[in-house]
Amino acid sequence: MLAHQTSRRDFLKGTGLLIVSFSIARVAPTFAQGGTGAKTVAPEELDAFLSIDPRGGVTVYYGKVDLGTGVRTAITQIVAEELDVPLLRVEVVEGDTALTPDQGPTYGSLSIQNGGVQIRQAAATARRALMQEASQQLGVPAGELMVVDGTVRSRTGDKQVTYGELIGGKTFALKVDKQAPLKDPASYKIVGQSVARLDIPAKVTGQFTYMQDFQVPGTLHGRVVRPPAIGATLLSVQEGSVKGIAGLVKVVRNGNFLGVVAETEWGAITAARQLKATWSHWEGLPEQRCLWEHVRATKVNKDDVTSNVGDAVQALQQASKRLSATYDFAIHTHGSIGPSCAVVEIKEGKLTCWSASQATHNLRKQLAAMLSIPESDVRAMYVEGSGCYGRNGHEDAAADAALLARAVERPVRVQWMRADEHGWDPKGPPTLVDLQAGLDPNGNVVAWYSQFFIPEGAAGNVKLVAAELAGLPHETSMSPGNIIQNSAIPYAFPNVRTVAHRLAETPLRPAWLRTPGRMQNTFANEAFMDELAAAAGADPLEFRLRYLNDPRGVELLKRLARFARWEGHPSPKRQSGHVATGRGVSYVKYELTRTYVGAVATVEVNRKSGELRVKHFAVVQDCGLIINPDGVKNQVEGNVVQTVSRTLREEVTFDRSAVTSLDWASYPILTFSEIPDVDIELIDRPTEKPWGVGEPATAVVPSAIANAVFDAVGVRLRSVPFKPAKVRAAIQGA
Amino acid sequence: MEPLAERGKAMPTAIRLHVNGRPASVTVADPDMPLLYVLRDNLGLHGPRFGCGLGQCGSCTVHIDGESVRSCMMPLSAVGKGKIVTLEGLGTPDKPHPIQKAFIDEQAAQCGYCINGMIMEAAAFLARNKNPNEAQIKEILANNLCRCGTHLRIVRAVKRAASAMQKGA
Repeated sequence: MLAHQTSRRDFLKGTGLLIVSFSIARVAPTFAQGGTGAKTVAPEELDAFLSIDPRGGVTVYYGKVDLGTGVRTAITQIVAEELDVPLLRVEVVEGDTALTPDQGPTYGSLSIQNGGVQIRQAAATARRALMQEASQQLGVPAGELMVVDGTVRSRTGDKQVTYGELIGGKTFALKVDKQAPLKDPASYKIVGQSVARLDIPAKVTGQFTYMQDFQVPGTLHGRVVRPPAIGATLLSVQEGSVKGIAGLVKVVRNGNFLGVVAETEWGAITAARQLKATWSHWEGLPEQRCLWEHVRATKVNKDDVTSNVGDAVQALQQASKRLSATYDFAIHTHGSIGPSCAVVEIKEGKLTCWSASQATHNLRKQLAAMLSIPESDVRAMYVEGSGCYGRNGHEDAAADAALLARAVERPVRVQWMRADEHGWDPKGPPTLVDLQAGLDPNGNVVAWYSQFFIPEGAAGNVKLVAAELAGLPHETSMSPGNIIQNSAIPYAFPNVRTVAHRLAETPLRPAWLRTPGRMQNTFANEAFMDELAAAAGADPLEFRLRYLNDPRGVELLKRLARFARWEGHPSPKRQSGHVATGRGVSYVKYELTRTYVGAVATVEVNRKSGELRVKHFAVVQDCGLIINPDGVKNQVEGNVVQTVSRTLREEVTFDRSAVTSLDWASYPILTFSEIPDVDIELIDRPTEKPWGVGEPATAVVPSAIANAVFDAVGVRLRSVPFKPAKVRAAIQGA
Repeated sequence: MEPLAERGKAMPTAIRLHVNGRPASVTVADPDMPLLYVLRDNLGLHGPRFGCGLGQCGSCTVHIDGESVRSCMMPLSAVGKGKIVTLEGLGTPDKPHPIQKAFIDEQAAQCGYCINGMIMEAAAFLARNKNPNEAQIKEILANNLCRCGTHLRIVRAVKRAASAMQKGA
């Protein structure tokens, strides 16, 4: 396994191509001679995704990346399965613009669903071509051949040839064939198994090279000095303030971009802390205590009607019982444990960037645009960093490194400090939702009308901090992610209208952060659904089933009821005592098109202190075909624990000038003693498509907790985070 | 505390350390530089990681004379003759320490960036407490942060390690 890791790192450092061409006895005439010219990255080409060396080693070129989720192991499983080669013979190269096809950024829980499925099809195409070639060489019909550990054998056992011999150092020179037959899932031996993650032994022994550990020869250390106010102008820099710092190479100023470069990391840190600069005053942020008034008053640039059935407005007026509520969800930071880091080298006009970017192909375009150089002169390579849950600061650190490397003409490593990360990573934007619904005299829902106040934009490129500060070319529109998803609902009510009012601005630079929009929207929808169940005097799980006509969704909720030992009753429970317990249910069909998740949260609420403990989560998930069950469970556990943290604790704070929650004391996250137990049931459907798992379970967590609190104490928590003061106020106000 | 300017101007100083069972000599410009940067940058030991530089998250944890220490806050000059052990000093992929093995067996990592701190904190603890219960494990890790939400697996791994070490594994 170590050799695996080392060879990959060596490879990343090199600029040469992996395809080595040397002739052996049986060179297949169907395959093209490789090794000359650049490797193709065109997504229609099989060679873009896969190569097999003469010794039978398989290299997968994966345009997406492993952000610490274990997806590299899953991709290895998919390819090893489809080609029938041992796992350890498969190597995965990730997110290298010179070598991997652009499979889109690693977001949206699409690594397997899109990225893996594309690679599976490439592997199926390769397998068919290899079998045809073997058939020809061995003189045995393809139907009488089998593959064992990368060797094609006749079923009679007397003839065989290896993949390495068949490919003979050549490339495939074939298009990926969407019709190439896939293996029958019934015959899977590797896919569907909880294969141990390939990276963990190196990670737990200090042998793994994270982005934060990566350097090239001659690398200098850079640190950024950000403005004390987001929109401040740099008036002057007193370079004398850092005179004499050992190893200081340069103070780099470019407009409002300011940074230092030194021979040593500590030299750079010391210089960045000590550098005196004068900035203009700026107070362009709203008052945080008036955030929701600000959001509501922000100019609406357009309305996205995300669903419209019947006439919800009229049906509301005619309903015998009407409910309305407003939900809000605070601004969150990514909070990767390792702050963003990147290395950039510019040599003879060619820029090479190593970063933990989830979107190296897009980063390449952004760096080229920022420096006004051709895209062909930029190569962006992925090196895995600390956990990444969306578009955090990696791309920005890369842009910082690019400006510093350009200024000193040496490779520069930029490591953000904790305050850079908490202060300047793009944020999950504030979300405000107004909901109204109407019931008929029998407690049936006759109308649902929701309005979301969320920034405009989708999942484009997020502007680079350095480019903006330096006044270099950069994006001017916002890219908060596809945050209108799951604003529409999975329930079949006769009249439904869901509208997203897309706001012209939001206080802090927004970007997607795990389950963007889907989590906030599902929080509002599923908590309000619970309000309707209570108004109808119905058990909340049974109430959902009344309006679900999707068989997989119905099955999921029924299995959840069994798995969680759900004892149906209308909420709230009647109980006395200071500490009340309750259970709440929530359900999502991710983006209304894929992964189904249902959860039951069990909570304890202290009526006096307002302290809320999440004791347990039971989760049932249907993501279709499961590649690695333990990998999926690891993701679901992570979704739940991280989102309990976000729901109970997290809120970015800011004054009129800048973010003020700049460390873990001012932005606390959940700690060990507060972690709920999590039990998970996975519904495996081997003949279905494999759907994403990195985000969906997050969507149900805040609402399941809110609904459990209502079950416990009969009050609705409609504002995340559910800090004790808010819970106490809600209880006292009830 | 001296002004940084004065510290930054300090003359290069040679410092002797004892790391992972061997003596190591480093020359640094600032003897008050935190130990973390010597380990990572001068000695190439990447087990200890930079997370916050504030002693809040635990990613940088090492052992000095068997005690867990946040190396991002530990001035080099204060290390003295202390015997330093990093994650690399516990074991290797081929010969993992029982705690490292337990983390592998429990698949107790997502990104794995915080895991250095979890293992080092737990290792120091288990050396003193052979048979901890779950609450004690959670308490000893109370100031170690994980963002991926791997806590449940981490606790299981520490329990597994405790049990394996008791059996003399």
